[in-house]
Amino acid sequence: MFGRLLSPIRGTTGFARWILVAGLVLTGVFLVFAIFAPWIAPYDFNQYQAHGARFPKMAPPSGNHWLGTNDQFFDILSRIIWGARTEVKVVLISVAFSVVIGAPLGLVSGFVGGWWDRVMVFLMDAIYAFPSLLLAIVFSFLLQGPLGGGTLAAALSLTVIYIPQYFRVVRNTTVSAREATYVEAARAIGARNGTIMTRYVFGNVIGSVPVIGTLNAADAISTLAALGFLGLGIQPTVASEWGYDLSRALDDAAAGIWWTALFPGLAIVLLVTGLTLVGEGLNETINPALRKRKLIRAVLPAGGPLTEDEQEVTA
Amino acid sequence: MSAGSGSLPRYLVQRILLVIPMIWVLLTLVFLLLRVAPGDPVTAMFGGKLDAHAVALRRHQLGLDQPLYVQYFHYLGEVARLRFGHTLSDNRSIVDVIRDNGGATLTLTVGAFIFALLIGIPLGLLAGRRRDSLPDVVIRLFGVVSYAAPIFWVGLMLVILVSPTGWPTFGIASAETQFTVPTHTHILLVDAIISGSGAATLDVLKHHVLPCVTLGLLLSGVFIRLVRVNLLQTLGADYVEAARARGIKERHVVRRHAFRNALVPVVTIIGLQVALTLSGAVLTERTFNWPGLGNQLVNYINQRDYPAVQGLVTFFAVVVVVASLVVDVVNAIIDPRIRY
Repeated sequence: MFGRLLSPIRGTTGFARWILVAGLVLTGVFLVFAIFAPWIAPYDFNQYQAHGARFPKMAPPSGNHWLGTNDQFFDILSRIIWGARTEVKVVLISVAFSVVIGAPLGLVSGFVGGWWDRVMVFLMDAIYAFPSLLLAIVFSFLLQGPLGGGTLAAALSLTVIYIPQYFRVVRNTTVSAREATYVEAARAIGARNGTIMTRYVFGNVIGSVPVIGTLNAADAISTLAALGFLGLGIQPTVASEWGYDLSRALDDAAAGIWWTALFPGLAIVLLVTGLTLVGEGLNETINPALRKRKLIRAVLPAGGPLTEDEQEVTA
Repeated sequence: MSAGSGSLPRYLVQRILLVIPMIWVLLTLVFLLLRVAPGDPVTAMFGGKLDAHAVALRRHQLGLDQPLYVQYFHYLGEVARLRFGHTLSDNRSIVDVIRDNGGATLTLTVGAFIFALLIGIPLGLLAGRRRDSLPDVVIRLFGVVSYAAPIFWVGLMLVILVSPTGWPTFGIASAETQFTVPTHTHILLVDAIISGSGAATLDVLKHHVLPCVTLGLLLSGVFIRLVRVNLLQTLGADYVEAARARGIKERHVVRRHAFRNALVPVVTIIGLQVALTLSGAVLTERTFNWPGLGNQLVNYINQRDYPAVQGLVTFFAVVVVVASLVVDVVNAIIDPRIRY
């Protein structure tokens, strides 16, 4: 099991491997934060006192509070570690939902074809063309009422943005798979449409999902933070969220208080970079077009800089 | 050859006709989301503050007591006449909001684009020209980080770095300038120039620097990446190879033949960034307390003003669709290969 998980890494070489490993390490650190937050974080995310003594307000980084405290007396390091848990939770839920909704829609649409397919493509393109942050803003505005300002409302607001991407990729691969010989063969032995879709096509089109998944996860972190920054994300009483912390840091920034803004932002940058690198690395290993490039390079005797150029460009 | 068969006028007509269903789908989406979705605008905003009679009156004024399909066609008809409704909280026409706050968003985004082009194109060309050299690696890293770093955080960092120098970090102008410059165009920068006051113009320009740089940095990352890839592609193209074979100096080949063609797709890229720019503008305006449309939208959201949110989101949707139309038309005129 573990060996299979690591196989994509073993299959890579050079730069792609470096990217993938760096991304996995960065993402891994935040995953550890997220899972073990109660044990790693020195304090709770909304704890403002310990041993009967209040924390100092907006104290610069020190031995007691490594990354300082904010205007609500909270320990910033603790909020970052607890925040990792929030981000991971929201991203997992939103990516899972968008795959579960987007992929089957794309599968059916691509397989059935006809006017249904056209309408769906047009609808998804319309959603996709819309500024994603605005869409998320509108949805969190609507969902905050019935669902409250919790993790689920935030995750669902993000889900809407990413559904069209899975729909598109899965639909396009399905359209080409529909004409493939193995589908024809399945039809010839009398398989029904539902069977063909779930048994034969699905397995072949789902391969591209992990790459989009990681890249979406990176995007979702940024969008969640943006929602939090606008005061539309997760409510501060529910969980710690980096974007919300940055919105509070807004008033301190002009006064020269840098630690309330610097550290939560760095957390976002590092996690987003980590996930992006994993996505790019996976893309290089899984994507057949890029894999072919590696074969060419291996065959060529000491590929000069020119051939490398061409290979990169065509990729 | 099929690519060349479509005539330019035919393509333009097709493309313009496609706008109508596109806008219709978006408008329907906006309507469905904001009208059919749970909650009633009046109760959401005034819940508990007004008695039942007053609520019913407001609902009647907004037409919310009519059947949904009547409201829907009314909404479509209003938008077709470029009327986006009224806000509930301060009873302004959305058109007025767009007029009063749109100018600030416009100068912010134009400034950001100028900054992004000034930074992005030279850096992209440099990175592509000296592939895999140290500058290339540094520039590409900058591209990755500019994507990963939240725009409001970049803004915050700039504020922290710049505020000790006394450079303006919040708002579009000092209170004095805003008070003295007479309103003509509702675009403060233009009004300041019209007023003939050098001090006011300088003041407004100074306030523009940080927000434009912040939003511009986000966009420049996109430009760098695309210019770099385009240059690499053109440098490997046949006609560049041919120019080299004719014995033209490498410097000339790069400047005359590769650079120019590498920059053509930038037009498309600018157009494709409209959605990203709008999202970025909302966040930038919030960071710098910029009196633009994005800031207004968030204000109305916080007041749970449904009609205002609906009107502004509708306007944004129209802008996005029209922008993509303009880009496609310009592209079709510039590049004869794009006709289908």
